[in-house]
Amino acid sequence: MYNFTLWDILSNLLLAARWTVLLSVIAFVCGGIAGILVLLARVAPLRPLRTAMKLYIELFQGTPLLMQLFIVFFALPLTGIETSPWTAAAVALTLFTSAYLAEIWRGCVEAVPRGQWEASASLALSYGEQMRYVVLPQALRIAVPPTVGFSVQVVKGTAVTSIIGFVEVTKAGTMITNATFQPFLVYGLVGLIYFVLCYPLSLSAKALERKLNVAR
Amino acid sequence: MSLADQSVSPSARPLVKLSNIRKSFGSVEVLKGVDMAVQEGQVVAMIGRSGSGKSTLLRSINGLERIDDGVIEVDGECVDPSQIDLRALRLKVGMVFQQFNLFPHLTAGENVMLALKVVKKQDKAACRAAAEAALSKVGLGHKFDAYPSQLSGGQQQRVAIARSLAMAPKVLLCDEITSALDPELVNEVLSVVRQLAEEGMTLLLVTHEMRFAREVCDSLVFMHGGRIIEQGPPAELFDRPQTPELAQFVGMVEAR
Repeated sequence: MYNFTLWDILSNLLLAARWTVLLSVIAFVCGGIAGILVLLARVAPLRPLRTAMKLYIELFQGTPLLMQLFIVFFALPLTGIETSPWTAAAVALTLFTSAYLAEIWRGCVEAVPRGQWEASASLALSYGEQMRYVVLPQALRIAVPPTVGFSVQVVKGTAVTSIIGFVEVTKAGTMITNATFQPFLVYGLVGLIYFVLCYPLSLSAKALERKLNVAR
Repeated sequence: MSLADQSVSPSARPLVKLSNIRKSFGSVEVLKGVDMAVQEGQVVAMIGRSGSGKSTLLRSINGLERIDDGVIEVDGECVDPSQIDLRALRLKVGMVFQQFNLFPHLTAGENVMLALKVVKKQDKAACRAAAEAALSKVGLGHKFDAYPSQLSGGQQQRVAIARSLAMAPKVLLCDEITSALDPELVNEVLSVVRQLAEEGMTLLLVTHEMRFAREVCDSLVFMHGGRIIEQGPPAELFDRPQTPELAQFVGMVEAR
């Protein structure tokens, strides 16, 4: 029987970790862009739009990511759209991320004092101008730490996509375990890789929080 | 000129005219049909107890409170309950707030320039010149690049006044603009307001500074329970109140 060295295991895990990173980045960037749109609709001065976005957010917050993934992966093909594990994973994580980020950012927009809206309104700024020049710049400062903090959730969330056969680091770990019969070692390494990816994010979230608190 | 003179010269068209303004918050009616007229260049203070509706009335003049009934007219711009676009009105009505409400992420100069740039579409040089002029006027020309957090309360409020003035409003609304200030900072703000009054700016103030109201204002409006129940020259109102409500209010204020 072939003997796997530690390097064999680790190198294969690291190769798979590329996909974890790439999927995280895609989910975060696309989810961020979609999240901004959801946010703007969520706080828009139009009630139907606000309600629709509230439902959207609650739908994704109120169901497990795993279910969302299954629905995208198994239900989309029924409508005639071909879905590979890649696209399904990217789409599901993007939707999930957009909902959470929109909700985090809504809190930040609402944390901007009412007086800022009133002062800018009395200077004859339109709603869009108030948002762009007065509210969003202030909300952004508040939003940085929780946003970076949430990116940790996204990285860990990619693990779930192993279930639809997307080979990221967790799926690779399972496959390697099946070949090496060393689950403790392999999953230990998998855990370590996640930690190495996530810990700097947590640290920078904390550092940003400190920095922004001092600035105020 | 005072409100009393108005009846003598009905030809003068008021700059600000409120007709039958009504406003409720839920089941509480805070404005119960208010009529009021302010001539150009007049300085009018609204006085009364908290809850009498004076702040709500002031805020309705630039559409921060939507009125339920009545018409507000400022220099030809009309607002009624159905109106949604308030931009034209707000170009003519400036407002200064109790809590200053400066934009904390912008410097004093940027605070003043923002609306000039965004709303009036002035070019950079013109914005800067106007902002410098406005800040100098309130004695803060040297604080152009300071952030609000680096300024005292009195200085912040003066920047807020400059920010409104730079838009060249027809009338300036001041909502208890000294109430959030430490006592020693009140005068620097009041002297700016006094200077504006002397220059002929039309001012509408909600204030608790009775001595200031008496010295600077052409006319006082006493509000009680959502109505204007007395108005006229300050000396007349303070010395010869006609209603028990005003007499009691004057007594309370003077006892302080």
